[in-house]
Formats: sequence, C-alpha cells, structure tokens
Amino acid sequence: MTTLAPIGRLRGRTATRRADVVFRGSTRVFGGAVIATLGVVAAVLVVSSAPAWTRFGVDLITQTTWDPVRDVYGALPFIVGTLYAAAIALLIATPIGVLTAIFLSEFAPRRVAIPLTFTIELLAAIPSVVIGLWGIFVLSPFLRDTVDSWLIATLGWLPFFRGPSFGVGLGAAGVILAIMILPTIVSISREVLSSVPNSQREAMFGLGATRWEVAVKAVLPYARSGVVGAAILGLGRALGETMAVTMVIGNGQDIPVSIFDQAQTIASKIAVTFNEASGGFQTQSLVAIGLILLVMTLLLNVAARLLVSRAQRGPIR
Amino acid sequence: MIITSPGRLSALALAAAFAVGACSGSASPSPAASTAPGASAAASPGLGGPAAPSGDVSLAGAGATFPGPLYQVWVEKYAAAHPNVKIDYQAIGSGGGIKNITAQTVAFGASDATMKDAEIAALPAGTKILHIPTALGAVVFIYNLPGVTELNLDGPTAADIFLGTIKKWNDPKIAALNSSATLPGADIVVVHRSDGSGTTNAFTTYLGAVSDGWKNGPGVGKEVNWPTGIGAKGNDGVAGGVKQTPGAIGYVELNYATQAALATAKLKNADGAFVAASVDGVTAAADASVATFPADFRAAPIINGAGAATYPIAAYTYLLVYADQKDQVKGQALVSFVYWALTDGQADEAGLGYAPLPKAVQDKALAELHTITSGGTPIWP
Repeated sequence: MTTLAPIGRLRGRTATRRADVVFRGSTRVFGGAVIATLGVVAAVLVVSSAPAWTRFGVDLITQTTWDPVRDVYGALPFIVGTLYAAAIALLIATPIGVLTAIFLSEFAPRRVAIPLTFTIELLAAIPSVVIGLWGIFVLSPFLRDTVDSWLIATLGWLPFFRGPSFGVGLGAAGVILAIMILPTIVSISREVLSSVPNSQREAMFGLGATRWEVAVKAVLPYARSGVVGAAILGLGRALGETMAVTMVIGNGQDIPVSIFDQAQTIASKIAVTFNEASGGFQTQSLVAIGLILLVMTLLLNVAARLLVSRAQRGPIR
Repeated sequence: MIITSPGRLSALALAAAFAVGACSGSASPSPAASTAPGASAAASPGLGGPAAPSGDVSLAGAGATFPGPLYQVWVEKYAAAHPNVKIDYQAIGSGGGIKNITAQTVAFGASDATMKDAEIAALPAGTKILHIPTALGAVVFIYNLPGVTELNLDGPTAADIFLGTIKKWNDPKIAALNSSATLPGADIVVVHRSDGSGTTNAFTTYLGAVSDGWKNGPGVGKEVNWPTGIGAKGNDGVAGGVKQTPGAIGYVELNYATQAALATAKLKNADGAFVAASVDGVTAAADASVATFPADFRAAPIINGAGAATYPIAAYTYLLVYADQKDQVKGQALVSFVYWALTDGQADEAGLGYAPLPKAVQDKALAELHTITSGGTPIWP
C-alpha cells in the first residue's frame, strides 16, 4: 500500500480524483434517495393515518368490524386474510419451486435448464390483471367443480375445508398467488443451490452416493437457509399482491376459517375501496392498514435477507 | 362502478382519448373569448337557451361511472354542435366526483349520491355547489338459477336474502312469491359490490326502507358491512360473478342489466304489483315523487313510490356545479352544455337504459340554471 500511494498521487490529484469525488458523491445521493423514498412513504403513511390511530388505537388491528356506515374500523379480517392467502400460496409454491430448482441445478442438462429457467421467469412477466382474469374465468370454476368438491367430500370434517365452495375465495387466491410467487422461489433457490461448492457434491459422490442422495443430503442442507429465504421473499410478494387477488378472493368481510371462505387481503381492501372512501375515518383507516402491511412486509424481507446472507456463508449447523 | 362491455369500453376509451387529445390543443380560452365573452353569437340550436361562448373553451368534468356512457354521448353530440367547446368527462366514481369538485380541480363533478351535509361543510368558505339532476336509473336484481326464467321478490324477502337469513332457493318465503316456479334446493350465493358505489347506496336505501333488520344491521351507504356473500368490483364484476355462479343473486344498475341481457327479478311495488325494471317503471317512480322533490335538489333514492307501474328502486344522478363560476367564459359554456343536456339531451336517455327527467323536475333544474352567476352576475338571466 505504501509503495502504491505515490503512484496514485503521481496520476494527478486533478481529474481522476475529482471524478472520484463526483462519482462517490452521486452514488451516495442516489443510494440515499432509495432510503429516503422508503422514509417518505413511511412518514406519509404515519402522518395520514394518525387520526385513525388516535381514534381507534389497537382496535384497528384487533377488531373485526369494518363498517363505513357507522364509521368504525377494525382490520383483523383483512390481516388474517392476507396471512392466510399468503400461507396457502407458500404451501403450494415452496415444494414445487424448490423441487424445480433442484431439477434445474442438479439434474437438468444445459439445453433443458436454460429454456426452462427462461420460461419460469417469463411467468413473472404476466401482468397480474391477466392472471386475475384467468383466475376468474378458468381457475375458480375449475376448482369449484373438481378439486374443491373432492376436498369437501374427503376433508370436509376439518374446519379448514368446510364447504360450500363458490369457486372464488381464499383457496383460489392462494393458488393464484402460488403461481405468481413461483418464479421468485425457483430463481432464488436455483441461485442458492448453484452456489453450493462442488466439493460438497464430489465428497458425496466419492462416498458412493446417488445423484438423488447428493441433491437431498449434501446440496439441499447446505443451501437450506437460502431456500427458506427464497420462500420468504416469495411470501413478501404474496402479501402485497393486489389486483389478481382482488379478482378471485371474493371480498368477504368476516375472518376466514375455511379455504373456501370469501376473504379480503389488506392490499385488495385498499385497492377496491380507497377510490370511493370519504368522510369520517374511512380514508385514514385505509392508510393505517397500508402502514400495517408495510411493516409486515418489511419485517419479512429483513428476515429473508438475513437468512439468504447466512446461506451464502455456509450451512447452518 | 366500472363501464363494462368491450364495445362500450373501447368506445369510451376512444372518446376519452379524443377528448384528452383535443383538450391539450386548447387548454385555455383564446384571448378573444376572454376579452369579449358577452359578444358571443352562437346560441343553442332551436330553443331560446343560454348562448354558448364563441371562443375556444375546454371544460373538465369527473365523477360517477353510472351515467358515464350517457355523458359521453352528450359530450360528443354537444361538441358536434359547438366545435369550440371541448368537454372531457372522466368516469372515476361518485366519490371521486365529489372530491374533485371540492378540490376545485374540475369545472363540474358528477355523483349518484347527493353530497352529505358533512361534505358540503367541507367545501371552501363561500363556495356553493348546485345539484343538477340529469337522469334516473334503477337498481335491478339479477340472478342465475338454471330452469327458473321468472322470479318474483318483495322487499323483506330480498333483505333476508342479503342478510343471509334466507339461505336456500326453495325457502318457503321465496316459494310463497313464486307459486308457478320450481325452485331448486340450492344454496343462495349473494354477490354484492366490494367497492363504494352509488348503486349500493340506492340499493341499501331500499333494503333499509323495507327491513328493520337491514336498517339496524348493515345500514345504508355507498359501502356497508355485508353480512354474507361474495364481493365483486363494479357492475361488471357483480354481473360476471352472478353469471358464473349457479345459485347466485346480485344487483346492478338498470342500464347495465338492459345492455348485458341478464335474467332479472320482478320486484313487488307499493301497490302490490310485481314489476320488471324498465325505463318506464323508473319514469313512473319519478313522476309519482315530483311533489316531494326537495328544494335543495338533494333527493334521496325513490323507494317504493306509488303507482301500479312504478319500479320500487329508482335514483337520480346529478351534475355538481359551482353556483358562482370563477371564469365567465367557462361558466357560459357550462350553462349552455347543461341546458342542452336537460333539453335536447333527454331524448338520448331511454335508448341507453336511463330514464329522462319528469317535466316538473326538468323545469326546476332549468330554473336552477338561471341562478348560476359569475362574479355575482347571472350567466343566463
């Protein structure tokens, strides 16, 4: 370092160094702008929803009645609906996504893996309104007439599968969300699995393991927390997805129990009613549940980042 | 409320695109118009109505989606007669119309529900807004019950269905009204609006009027706490939900039901007759209620009006305009347009599924137009 210093000085404290300063400064400004945007959004949400928090306090989170006529707002059904729909999506998308990622990174030859990866990422490019329309006209009638009636007949004794099913509802929303988060889960999981050092695989092969054993016993455990992170990032998208969910979730007002119940997520409630919200505390309360959603999503994303960064350093023991 | 069928949607999009494009070219009145506004010569064709300004003027309006198709036709026809007046109407919803006119970002607003006292109190000091009725609509029950082509309902039964206390189609209360029909034992699926809407306001006003259980339960408003059912966005969402779900019942605006050709229920009116929703039935309701039309024009939905042909759920839709116009030329254009809409424009209504104003209400609305001023001077004395 000490020998290099004079050379740097020789290069000229003029142009290069000025460019350095400008570059460093502008990266700081733009980097800061991203943080500032988040800060401004959060601040606006807090300020605009303050009257609702003052009026209702924790009732906004714990109460179940959302009644614009009487100007009383409790968002528990929407919070539950948000988490419930996201959980269904995760239960469906995680196994499919992780197995697809294992196939792509461990088994598929390049000429299969590359087009398949591309196709899966294309899934993320379908506008959510289009997926929603497909959900209304194709998926929900299909679910109602086939899967749902079978579920009710076989598992109907469980409260989660109590009928009847009208097609639209939490289950349909969960399936739609699963499709939408699948690309996230597959591409991140594949990335994490590919970053597992080859020495892991070679050691297992050296012990005489099959490819299946290598994938499941050497690669997957090594990448475990990264795969969990991928699922949580998918969950983040599922929590905030609006348009497609609004179209198939049925927009019910009660806390959902069965997957066939009509429910509402926070994002769909805001999207559907904000435009006509007026008077009293309705607008402020809608902003308040937006703040709740922001906090939920932030916490999950932080958790996901932590898990993914640990995965890159190595396995959890 | 969303405007729906592909044909109408694309027509609207085209009209909107045209109007926006046209507006950008003439965003401000020409100097000639603003210096000599009174010197305009072009009058409304035919009648002795208010004169339109002679210079280029553009008016922006926003609000209810329910009269959107009607207003688009009006805007096009009026623009054909007055090429110098550009009017742009954005169908963003009644609440949006009230918000925009309150914020003074539009020349006129539009709303299905009248402004509440609290909304009027929220206006900037010294601002007065007039409600000008332009048309009437009705709320219609639509249903999907294979094999049942005719369905009769009365108020209390409808309220019980939407309260979720009547759960099956062969419930004795429904069967008693439909002795000739074979009702299946299927579950009733209620489909309601998930967004706030003037349609819901008229509909819940009806349910509240016929059922104490509804009045003390979900209550009356643009958005209520629905006790049961599937929520769908817009008239098209409700219609789509009903079409796709066997056993479903929902409610939409009359003009929507007319154009989408949905199975609609007959509703028992105050005289005990079961009437299908129609423009005539709405006109009958409006005629029967003109005596009680309020002085401030803020008429509640017309529920259970008298008369054998009267349909029980009808409601006015309104333009919202400032009583005192800041810009004399724009005010002149607005008064001229509204006058045209209230007179010549009424002929367009029935064909689009709207009911024209009764003569007495039309006269009152025209009289109200005379009171619009600019800087204290009446625009159309």
